[in-house]
Amino acid sequence: MTPWITLRTALSSLGASKLRSGLTLLGLVIGVTAVITLMALGKGAQETITSRIESLGTNLLFVRPGAVTEAGVRQSQGSAATLTLEDAYSLLDPVWTPGVVSVAPELQVGGQVVFGRENTSTRIVGVTPEYETVRNYPVASGQFISQAHVDKASQVAVLGSQVAEDFFGLRDPVGQTVRVNGRSFTVIGVLESKGAGGFGGLDDQVLAPITTVYYRLGAQRTAQGGITVQTINLQVEDGRDPQIVSDDVSLVLRLRHRLTEEDDFTVSSQQETIEALEEATNTFVVFLAAIASISLLVGGIGIMNIMLVSVTERTREIGIRKAMGAKRRDILLQFVSEAVLLSLTGGAVGMLLGWGLSTVADGLPLGQQTLRTAFSGDTAILAMTVSGAIGLFFGIYPALLAARLHPIEALRHE
Amino acid sequence: MTADMDSGRSERSGTPILELRDVTKIYRIGNVEVAALAGVTLSVHAGDIMAIMGPSGSGKSTLMNVIGCLDVPTSGTYLLGGEDVGSLSDNRLAEIRSKRIGFVFQTYNLLPRSTALENVELPLLYSNARDKRRRAMEALERVGLAHRARHRPPELSGGEQQRVGIARALANAPTILMADEPTGNLDTRSSEDIMAVLQRLNREEGLTLVIVTHEDDISRHTRRVVSLRDGRIIRDEPVALPRIAVARAAEEAVSP
Repeated sequence: MTPWITLRTALSSLGASKLRSGLTLLGLVIGVTAVITLMALGKGAQETITSRIESLGTNLLFVRPGAVTEAGVRQSQGSAATLTLEDAYSLLDPVWTPGVVSVAPELQVGGQVVFGRENTSTRIVGVTPEYETVRNYPVASGQFISQAHVDKASQVAVLGSQVAEDFFGLRDPVGQTVRVNGRSFTVIGVLESKGAGGFGGLDDQVLAPITTVYYRLGAQRTAQGGITVQTINLQVEDGRDPQIVSDDVSLVLRLRHRLTEEDDFTVSSQQETIEALEEATNTFVVFLAAIASISLLVGGIGIMNIMLVSVTERTREIGIRKAMGAKRRDILLQFVSEAVLLSLTGGAVGMLLGWGLSTVADGLPLGQQTLRTAFSGDTAILAMTVSGAIGLFFGIYPALLAARLHPIEALRHE
Repeated sequence: MTADMDSGRSERSGTPILELRDVTKIYRIGNVEVAALAGVTLSVHAGDIMAIMGPSGSGKSTLMNVIGCLDVPTSGTYLLGGEDVGSLSDNRLAEIRSKRIGFVFQTYNLLPRSTALENVELPLLYSNARDKRRRAMEALERVGLAHRARHRPPELSGGEQQRVGIARALANAPTILMADEPTGNLDTRSSEDIMAVLQRLNREEGLTLVIVTHEDDISRHTRRVVSLRDGRIIRDEPVALPRIAVARAAEEAVSP
């Protein structure tokens, strides 16, 4: 029997009991829809996280101080005050570290910000002008901190959007004076919002020149003297391997710190962060899909059940076909293709439904955030393959029963 | 068809088209062995019309199943066209059923959801024949049912359904046509029609017919009657003057 005829026979058999075929389909449709929708949700969450990280600037390396060991007890990473502003600017050397495009050192302290009768506790981040582009913090109004501000350790501040809104509401804060840890700062700009749900309240901070933070707001001093920095944000040139640049950076810092043994700093890349998070979210996506797959299993059992009923009901038909010269293989193929056709149709319908559901769900508000879904071609191919495999797996046993029937007994069957 | 007829005729005098030598078929029901066939020796020549008769339980259906390659003998030799088919695999038996044997059943055994034409096409699907539609249509024409090709079995009379069954048996141009009580479910008039069709196929195309029946009236239309009892042949005699069935030619032509 040609494949085409097998397919046509299977179609007409399924068409003969439309309600039953439809209900059997439904089991699989629900399963595939669930898998597709949940996977789209998971992938959407993954993409949201990735894009959040990328909104902090792309292609970044972060240099942080190592841990302090005091009386044999190792403190947390970044606790040592080993990095200085000079270290940061030394990384701009075009010969030693050619892959570094831009350097944005930062120094954080906690601060009490007061305006009129309002006050709040927030993070004061000491930065240089490069911070705006490297970390992707455009101002919504006013201006960013300039080199002149840094050089003169000016008492100026750029407010995070959350801080600005809390203190000034709809009024423009630019030109106003706020007190930070008792010192007067002139507000020169307001940052654009990074959106809610980011990491550590990106809108809840105040930026000031790094020199001002160091000298006026009492940050930790280094043993070597010079201005301490907590993080050096490095922008890597597009097309450069971040790993190589990272090695260059390590080498320069080891030379500067005259290290012979362990590094007193760590270099990490944004890519590593993204990869680690993607790994975590992947686990989450797989977990979701596994739960949804249970319904696929149930759908498969439904197919097997209906195929078994069908074989019993059509025993006589099988006998007739065998008397007319059908081989075991012909009968086997006929029933297997019916099961696979059922499951593939269920898969296709489920895929369409899942696609529709995830498209509708995309952009729905979810608390403060918006729901993101990502329907991918991979998911679709996976769903169809799994459906086909389910049909094959659950269809093969009933088909074998049919193929093994003895023609005479099958013909006698009432 | 002409070539088939010639070879059929030449075989009639020489080697038989099928030959059974001391064939037994033993069924085991629990611990009891039942010999449905207890040593049957029989040869049939091409172009024969033979009736197998006997009371129920005489083994005539078993004999028919063995001859039709639906079942294999427990012992003995069965030669079909010179080939020993007693020990062939399921697949080879299916091939023989497909290409060399046509079956006609008492209950027609048509697929109720398929049209007459599709039913006739069925054996052609399994023999991978070319021009399936055309050959199925020709087979329907040979039983005078071309005008009913698009009808489904429930829309046809019993006689018409049986003629579709005959057309289906003819589709693969078999050498032997096995008919198991072909008129068992039909009235006298329709039975006469069916016998007329079968006799014509034998007369005009040299088709070998083996008819299992318990009706004397049917066996009188054949040229040879083999009687079975308890799995043995008790009589094997020619019919002195076979009756010729007359079809309702006029009605056949005008029936809607």
